[in-house]
Amino acid sequence: MDVTLSVQRHNPDANPATWWQDYTVTVPDHATVLDALLAVRDEQDESLTVRCSCRSHICGSCVMRIDGRSALGCKTKVAEALRRGGAEGRVRVQPAGNMAVLKDLAVDLEGFFGKVRAVQPWLQPVGPEPEREYLVPNEAMLRVRDAMACILCGACVSACNSLEVDDRFLGPAALAKAWRFTEDPRDGHDRDRLEFLSSVPGGIWDCTHCFACVEVCPKDVKPMERIIELRRRAMDAGFTDNNGARHSQAFRDTIAHSGWLDETKVAVRSVRGPDELLDWVGVGARSFLRGKVPLRHKAIPGALRVTAIVSAAERTAAGSARGGAAAGAAPHGAPGHGPGSGGGSGA
Amino acid sequence: MAVTTHDVLVVGAGLAGMRAALAAQARGSDVAIVTKVYPVRSHSNAAQGGINAALNPEDSWESHAYDTVKGSDYLGDQDAIEVLAREAPAAIVELERMGVVFSRDEHGRLGSRNFGGASHARTYFVGDFTGQAILHVLYEQLVRSGIRTYNEFFCTQLLRDGGGTVSGVVALDIRTGEVHQFLARAVILCTGGIGRVFEPSTNALICTGDGDALAYRAGAPLMDMEMVQFHPTTLQSNGALISESARGEGGHLVNRLGERFMAKSAPNAMELASRDVVSRAAQIEINEGRGVDGCVLLDVRHLGAARILERLPQIRELALEFAGADMITDPVPVLPGMHYQMGGIRTDIRGATPVPGLFAAGECACVSVHGGNRLGANSLLETVVFGRRAGEAAAEFASGRPVPGFSESPREDEERRLRALVQRDGTGRTAALRLEMGRTMTSRVGVFRDGAGLAEAEAALRSLRERAGAVAIGDKGRLFNQALVAALELDYMLDLAQCVVAGAIARTESRGAHTRLDHPKRDDAHWLRHTLCYAAEGGPRVDTAPVAITRWEPKERRY
Ligand SMILES: Cc1cc2nc3c(=O)[nH]c(=O)nc-3n(C[C@H](O)[C@H](O)[C@H](O)COP(=O)(O)OP(=O)(O)OC[C@H]3O[C@@H](n4cnc5c(N)ncnc54)[C@H](O)[C@@H]3O)c2cc1C
Ligand code: SF4
Ligand code: SF4
Ligand code: FES
Repeated sequence: MDVTLSVQRHNPDANPATWWQDYTVTVPDHATVLDALLAVRDEQDESLTVRCSCRSHICGSCVMRIDGRSALGCKTKVAEALRRGGAEGRVRVQPAGNMAVLKDLAVDLEGFFGKVRAVQPWLQPVGPEPEREYLVPNEAMLRVRDAMACILCGACVSACNSLEVDDRFLGPAALAKAWRFTEDPRDGHDRDRLEFLSSVPGGIWDCTHCFACVEVCPKDVKPMERIIELRRRAMDAGFTDNNGARHSQAFRDTIAHSGWLDETKVAVRSVRGPDELLDWVGVGARSFLRGKVPLRHKAIPGALRVTAIVSAAERTAAGSARGGAAAGAAPHGAPGHGPGSGGGSGA
Repeated sequence: MAVTTHDVLVVGAGLAGMRAALAAQARGSDVAIVTKVYPVRSHSNAAQGGINAALNPEDSWESHAYDTVKGSDYLGDQDAIEVLAREAPAAIVELERMGVVFSRDEHGRLGSRNFGGASHARTYFVGDFTGQAILHVLYEQLVRSGIRTYNEFFCTQLLRDGGGTVSGVVALDIRTGEVHQFLARAVILCTGGIGRVFEPSTNALICTGDGDALAYRAGAPLMDMEMVQFHPTTLQSNGALISESARGEGGHLVNRLGERFMAKSAPNAMELASRDVVSRAAQIEINEGRGVDGCVLLDVRHLGAARILERLPQIRELALEFAGADMITDPVPVLPGMHYQMGGIRTDIRGATPVPGLFAAGECACVSVHGGNRLGANSLLETVVFGRRAGEAAAEFASGRPVPGFSESPREDEERRLRALVQRDGTGRTAALRLEMGRTMTSRVGVFRDGAGLAEAEAALRSLRERAGAVAIGDKGRLFNQALVAALELDYMLDLAQCVVAGAIARTESRGAHTRLDHPKRDDAHWLRHTLCYAAEGGPRVDTAPVAITRWEPKERRY
């Protein structure tokens, strides 16, 4: 099968700009994009740089963007990329996103590994060491194992929307790693970990739930779901004195109260207090001028039905949550007269 | 940072390297690691099956040791094997306490599985990604330790002082193209396997045996290099491994006629006989026309979907992807492929090589615990047991020795050499020569060997050496010059290929993984000995050394 690879290249030593270069190679039908790139490197252009080693998606070296999508080159079949991609017979290859390009497809990983180090990624047991191994149920190990499947490839980081706007965000890979320790029954520091993760700039509250990390992860680690769990556990553990937790609570409260989002209230309640609010005056003013700060917030018709749905959802969640004490009973309980009588359900 | 000094310098950050570094630090050394890839990219990742230890009360270290001795076809050094088996239980428990998420039994204790060549279920595992799970946990411990790691530094030379003691390394910073000099009181090589010498191989692209070649060039002997393991179940399309756990869980090997052919050569152990035995049997089926398109079939369908999904998820994924076969509904075509190098840099049971100041551990070393044939799940064990020992011994050696003297010239010389290499007007491509070498080795120095084929291989390697000496480097830049690295690796691999062939020519018997059709019997009278290759003018000089026997006298092997 013939394929043309359009590769985004860069070699700062020779040329400050990036350029696109096309290569056409013949590869077997089962070839991956990495196989095709290696065929180019071996047969046509030895100066093409691509990190790789295992060729079987276990070492995490070959993350790149293939037709815009973050993926491992060795896990993406050429045939599949051709089917998905728009242009005939052509696959577009670019370096991973959210990391600086060093040369061609090799990006700078120092920041990536720095963030992994920042979550203190090692087991921290407390109490006396057992004589032999720790006794833990297999189910608990299997749960942790799903996150241990992470190969630190950085595909999720490459795709993360939040990192695009704020590179302080610890990011999906480091947070999935952090989750692994809060979840490990042998670790004795989950409270400290949760406190750190919910208060550090760029912690668990900076994820925008865009789902990109879940979609691109080659090992099905589902980083976003781990982050959501970390948030819930942090709030359960009482780490609510931070903007993320306040935001989350205010968000819930205004919905339960009026059936829709009261953005002004959420903004005000998300910050620590009046002095921090001052920091946001500029943003507030600009938002106001663009008509994004409604001065009057009215309950939607059927708001009480929304309130009931929120309460029901919380009762279910409280029943299944680890350690109970999930977000308390709805403070704005619905008075006697049944679900709203108005038009659209609004929910 | 053109020159740095440490007490102990470890080359390689796989399991052996990280374990060695942690041990040396625990003994008070200032340690650093130089590695050509980030630690978590190391090839230890690929180990699917597990790691051995006699931890169950009904098992014993003696039984583990005996299985290993027998598996080695009596070429393993029994003093080293005793150490391996005795220290295994503590090593596994230590890994567990560091955080490895080993599978458990119904009481929450470590749970084990069956593996080839073993008389008990003593293989501990994490699903089917045991190597990755352990590698990442050792990396966690490395982060915790604060040990300095020089990532993406390619070691090109060992430095020696006037008295011949190793005093550091020279390494190319792949990112920038700068050459650095690292002074050290002791150096530990943990550079992994030599898979790329063969084509195909289950090994990753980085397994080029650099450390073996560095040690060889510094005067250390390479031992039993002819002992190359061919794994019976690899995929035809890309050489990927289907782990022994597929058979450990109960999978069958059948030929075109649907016969479980292992009944002929290993009626008791069947598919779980040791690897050399199974590979030979599979190769015979293929050679005698009872295969299916050059393969035999691995069949696990009778295990049922649930067990396959729980115990073999990654293996199933690999087979789906690269053989187009879903193990739940189809048998998978497999054939023997190069997998592991039993031989390597000769060390004693503390990891010391005969060259003072130089230590080695892991797949690049030859202690020898594997002898003529490694048992599955013994090599992860070797990396942690002997990695720790080498780290401790190196720390001790370092503490009794002053900081090596410094001279700028080795770094400058190396810089000049590499620049000249890049700029020369060459002909031919590194990758093409590498492929030619690999195919020659597989066809002439594979599962079955004979004198004529080995002589052909020897001649082919001479010609390759000549051409490799004039190859063009297609990248003239400094940054990330992977073409330069590949050419240096090829140069190393040609040394190793020559040693494999030299050992295979010398050993006129069949033992373990080494089968000479012209010398089909094991010959204890002459060859209960190790081969040693020393670097010499015009190719390796072969010598031999006795095997250490403590309590198990050689017997005929039956499975
Ligand atoms: C597919 C597969 C499956 C396997 N399954 C099992 C199993 O189930 N059980 C088992 O016990 N064993 C198994 N093995 C064998 C086992 O994985 C290896 O023998 C073992 O992991 C080797 O570890 P190591 O630390 O010696 O080397 P590696 O993990 O290969 O590490 C080598 C290190 O050396 C560095 N390096 C190399 N050259 C240089 C240089 N020039 N300069 C700087 N750094 C350098 C690399 O960067 C790397 O960090 C398997 C092997 C393969 C290929
Ligand atoms: S979470 Fe998934 S995508 Fe992210 S680094 Fe780990 S394996 Fe890669
Ligand atoms: S869900 Fe969160 S962590 Fe995942 S990619 Fe989106 S913003 Fe990043
Ligand atoms: S080459 Fe290892 S993940 Fe792609």
